[in-house]
Amino acid sequence: MHQATKILTRSPLHLVLIFLALIWTLPTAGLLITSLRPPQDVAQSGWWTVLAHPFNFTQYTLQNYDSVLTKEGMGRAFLNSLAITVPATVLPVLIASFAAYAFAWMKFPGRQFLFVIVVALLVIPLQMTFIPILSIFARIRIAGTFPAVWLAHTGYGLPLTVYLLHNFIAGLPRDLFDSAAIDGASSLTAFFKIVLPLSVPAIASVVIFQSLWVWNDLLVALIYLGGSPNVGPITLKIANLVGSRGQNWELLTAAAFVSMALPLVIFFSLQRYFVRGILAGSLKG
Amino acid sequence: MRTKRWTPWVYVAPALVLLTFFLIYPSINTIRLSFFDRRAETFVGFANYVYSFTNSAMLTAFRNNALWVAVFTTLTVSFGLILAVLLDRVRYEKIIKSLIFIPMAISMVGASVIWKFVYAYRPAGVAQIGLLNSVVVALGGEPIGWLIERPWINNLCLIAVGVWMWTGFCMVVLSAAYKSIPRQLMEAARIDGATEWQVFWKVILPLLKPTVAVVSTTMVVFVLKIFDIVYVMTNGNYSTEVIANRMYKEQFSFWNYGRASTIAVILLVLVVPVMLLNIRRFRQQEATR
Repeated sequence: MHQATKILTRSPLHLVLIFLALIWTLPTAGLLITSLRPPQDVAQSGWWTVLAHPFNFTQYTLQNYDSVLTKEGMGRAFLNSLAITVPATVLPVLIASFAAYAFAWMKFPGRQFLFVIVVALLVIPLQMTFIPILSIFARIRIAGTFPAVWLAHTGYGLPLTVYLLHNFIAGLPRDLFDSAAIDGASSLTAFFKIVLPLSVPAIASVVIFQSLWVWNDLLVALIYLGGSPNVGPITLKIANLVGSRGQNWELLTAAAFVSMALPLVIFFSLQRYFVRGILAGSLKG
Repeated sequence: MRTKRWTPWVYVAPALVLLTFFLIYPSINTIRLSFFDRRAETFVGFANYVYSFTNSAMLTAFRNNALWVAVFTTLTVSFGLILAVLLDRVRYEKIIKSLIFIPMAISMVGASVIWKFVYAYRPAGVAQIGLLNSVVVALGGEPIGWLIERPWINNLCLIAVGVWMWTGFCMVVLSAAYKSIPRQLMEAARIDGATEWQVFWKVILPLLKPTVAVVSTTMVVFVLKIFDIVYVMTNGNYSTEVIANRMYKEQFSFWNYGRASTIAVILLVLVVPVMLLNIRRFRQQEATR
């Protein structure tokens, strides 16, 4: 009896939570199901109609994925996204770890001041930088190429990555560096043998955040690669598809799911680092 | 460690050079450009600023950004707070948290496609393929052009996409803060006869206030610069314009460097105070951790 009343009084709580979870899940479920239905079905009925016979597999097809990956150029765009994301993650994280290490453990004039400047740069909206940089890129003829976005993402990512890695590296125990110095280790040896291995948790979070930011970015790609479809990442491709194929939902949904696949895999496999990375990244300008 | 005097500079130089090139120099240049004409040739004084605060498209953008700031921030933070508190009481907390956090992983472009499909509109009498209109029709209503009905329905529909994406963030941050509140405080209040409602308003909320403040300012900064969702879903048509999209148009549709720069500077001026507040709070939190 006691158990029963407890369940009864708590049922509004469960209902509210399950209702919210449904609202949060249904749109994505609809996307996934639609991407697996034949074009004529998608145009004729809502995606939820498949739920009448969910295990009738004749109503599903991989044809849309085949179309977007080959005919619509999503395969190329996916590779472009990879080609942009990997260097645009490795570069800033490497450069930021060097800087963070120096700011945390080396003495040089202006250290405090420079570090404050680096963090203060977080307040600058990217929009402040587009016009002058684009005109320089155009002059040195790298607008519309991968190096343009690699460099841009590196520059934009540095304030946050330096700040976060500094917080972590500055917290490493002093004894480690003292004993390394006694052993005659150079600063570079200390960096590779002590700082990098011990900072793996912080670096993992920063890598996840930065790579996700770059992978999901539309604006920076639009500005520096906008006019060159051959090098455009997946986000740019989808934004264009929405314009040109706005009513072909089977293609749009398949394309969107292709773009979500990698982030979702990272999310499910590295959830703890992932959440930490996102939380840390919320400061990004 | 054996370090020469110039060693530290070797470590910080790449970062400093890139930051100067990508953030410091262009920002100064953009401020300068905002006082010049469309081709960055003739000095025009404050003409671009006068334009930005009088032009009707810009005024719509300001109004919409204000709407985004108010509605988006309120909804993400309240949903996040409600979920943080309620989920703590059930056993399936982890699963629901994951489900609500997932949208943070996908791009705003992907989210825009997902929701454009939810909002899909077809005339009455034809089978609706959009989830929202099919519900409306099933309840006996007429299908609604969610992204066209100006100015409230379509703007609120765009904001809903943002809320769907960012509630998970607010929930995770607030939940961590909530779980760090000593349980005895709430128990003591309950033993003194406080209702759950009173415990929430008198004990939980005051203790969560600093976190709510940080999360809210983070949301405000983010939303002032909102771009992707609007660019993909409506491109600012049907009075859904926002500041960042307006800047993109001035630059790449109208090729007006002066006006585009001015809008960027306005964005900076709006963001800086909130951002400074945010960084200061973030550092305080780090210090107490």
